Amino acid sequence: MLDLSPAEWTAVELSLRIAIVATACALPFGIAIGWLLARKKFWGKTVLDGLVHLPLVLPPVVTGYLLLISFGRRGPIGAFLYDHFGIVFSFRWTGAALACGVMGFPLMIRPIRLALETIDRRLEDAAATLGANDLLVFFTVTLPLALPGVIAGVMLCFARALGEFGATITFVSNIPGETQTISAAIYTFTQVPGGDAAAGRLVLIAIVLSFTALIASEWLARRAAIRFHGE
Amino acid sequence: MIVLAVDLEKQLGALQLSVRFEAAGGATALFGPSGAGKTSVVNMIAGLLAPDRGSIALDDAVLFDSAAGIDVPPHRRRIGYVFQEGRLFPHLSVRQNLDYGRRMSGRPREAKDFDRIAALLDIGHLLDRRPRMLSGGERQRVAVGRALLTRPRLLLLDEPLASLDTGHKREILPYLVRLRDDAGIPIVYVSHMRAEVRRIATTVVRLDAGRVVATGGLELLKETDADALE
Repeated sequence: MLDLSPAEWTAVELSLRIAIVATACALPFGIAIGWLLARKKFWGKTVLDGLVHLPLVLPPVVTGYLLLISFGRRGPIGAFLYDHFGIVFSFRWTGAALACGVMGFPLMIRPIRLALETIDRRLEDAAATLGANDLLVFFTVTLPLALPGVIAGVMLCFARALGEFGATITFVSNIPGETQTISAAIYTFTQVPGGDAAAGRLVLIAIVLSFTALIASEWLARRAAIRFHGE
Repeated sequence: MIVLAVDLEKQLGALQLSVRFEAAGGATALFGPSGAGKTSVVNMIAGLLAPDRGSIALDDAVLFDSAAGIDVPPHRRRIGYVFQEGRLFPHLSVRQNLDYGRRMSGRPREAKDFDRIAALLDIGHLLDRRPRMLSGGERQRVAVGRALLTRPRLLLLDEPLASLDTGHKREILPYLVRLRDDAGIPIVYVSHMRAEVRRIATTVVRLDAGRVVATGGLELLKETDADALE
């Protein structure tokens, strides 16, 4: 049944790589901006909050198009990154990872921000009186206590990245072996005669991957919660 | 010899806090009714609450001086603080809680120090437990141990018995007395309970409505004061 052709394997492998890289790169930003939104009052906070959540409400094609005109080779950010660091996003798998990271970001931010908001701040005060500076307090008290929220955010972002279609195909197209993820491959197979079997196999894999991610996140979050707060 | 010199002003809602006192070694009780501003005073000494004006000096170090623009952050004040609710870290074991201060300062592990304090507070058998598995009295003893192991120059105890029932209060009081006599660290003890203060304090600073109304010995405790233990 699951006798995948090399092209199909490539799509699966590419999807996983893109989703993992997108989630890993989004995580530091997710924690930093989640912390800013949870803890700080500053000018433009509402704007930042809105900007972060924009990919959730915009049509994915619009997000993809915005990425294309800003991160494309001739876009202002894309041209800068290419000229100074030699980084290229357009029509590369790295661009797919960028699109997936942007699309998954609002889903990652929400649980992280919520977890940071519900932490007992008095524990951080206690850590300070025990000699921990702000950075140590964050890494030894704040972040460990927010871990269940961080895990939930990571898993939601990963699942979103794995299934992303609209923004990715608009930004980096649908190139087999480079930007053709599971979703894009399924779409391609459904457009050609006799592609149903291949599409079916990839659909099955997509279901298994998403379901596994969901179960894993539930299990990790429960383990973290038991460790910190009891049953 | 004066160890701690405090002269602070702070507007807290309707309460105008204006407190001035000095403490020598031994245990100084900040004594007064609820809402007198006792906890705010120790929070300012610890550096967790910013005073509007004034100064705090500990030994020969100025920790805070609004006129000179000095404000040492809490993690560099070397003041141990035992909170009313203990505030043990729920994600760490008792041993890791006790060890936290040493880890943060990067000092090497010293078994002698650790064992001495574990014995003083009788918490050696609790080391592998999580804070949620401890009774109220055990939790407070661990909190005292955790503060002591940072090698503080001063120990602040903010109503450490308030969250305990009478039995546990009786259980923990002897440890605090032993701490005062053996550890050699000056203590500021916040309480609104006469019986506790009588057992522990060597000096009493009476606070009422944000002001020091009297400073002296145990004779300042009055018959009319709240009394929980007896």
